[in-house]
Amino acid sequence: MIDRQQSLIVKTVCRRLIPFIQLFGLYVVIHGHTSPGGGFQGGVILGASFILLAIAYGIEEMRRRFSLTALTVFTSTGVFLFAGIGVLCVLLGGNFLDYSMLPGAEPRSLGMLGIEVGVGITVMAAMVSIFYELITFE
Amino acid sequence: MVTGVTGLLLIFGSLDMPELGDTGSPPSLHVSPRYIEDGLKETSVPNMVTAVLADYRGFDTLGEVAVIFTAAVATLLILRGRRGRSES
Repeated sequence: MIDRQQSLIVKTVCRRLIPFIQLFGLYVVIHGHTSPGGGFQGGVILGASFILLAIAYGIEEMRRRFSLTALTVFTSTGVFLFAGIGVLCVLLGGNFLDYSMLPGAEPRSLGMLGIEVGVGITVMAAMVSIFYELITFE
Repeated sequence: MVTGVTGLLLIFGSLDMPELGDTGSPPSLHVSPRYIEDGLKETSVPNMVTAVLADYRGFDTLGEVAVIFTAAVATLLILRGRRGRSES
């Protein structure tokens, strides 16, 4: 169990650093289809920022900012988004995960962005949720 | 015994596989050039790795995400289920 809080130096550095880590994680997810990166890597970076928060400020602080129910919902939302885009392609008259049926100027790029975001949400929530369950296990 | 025979058969089968990085093997003759040449035109995504991962092999990636989802749910069920039982 992580109950006690860390020293002032650790807490201050984490408070300054976590927004930038999350911003970089979002960049890696969103920019995944034009530069190296993607949903898996960005999701892990985002998850690590929340784990860092829990280590520096204690598990209660993390639970206050990011409830366990939200984590469970996020884990399934990502998979649902991914499969939903696949089913949407079927409904629009293509094959499963055939993005060329989606609307827009560059439909396949758009579809890829959608599933990268889905992957990112699932990986982020799964990492934090596994960490949380292990750390509160008695 | 069965394991040993199966292992030997698998090793025997792997002897015929093309060498790693062999430019004459079927994947590098047909599949890779197609992705490298037509990938940007078809998907309008400059990142070739993501184009293969998310578009051509999209179903495979869906499976990977499902594996991670299952791992999270399994951890949740095992650890939280035991906690609930000890309380009751």
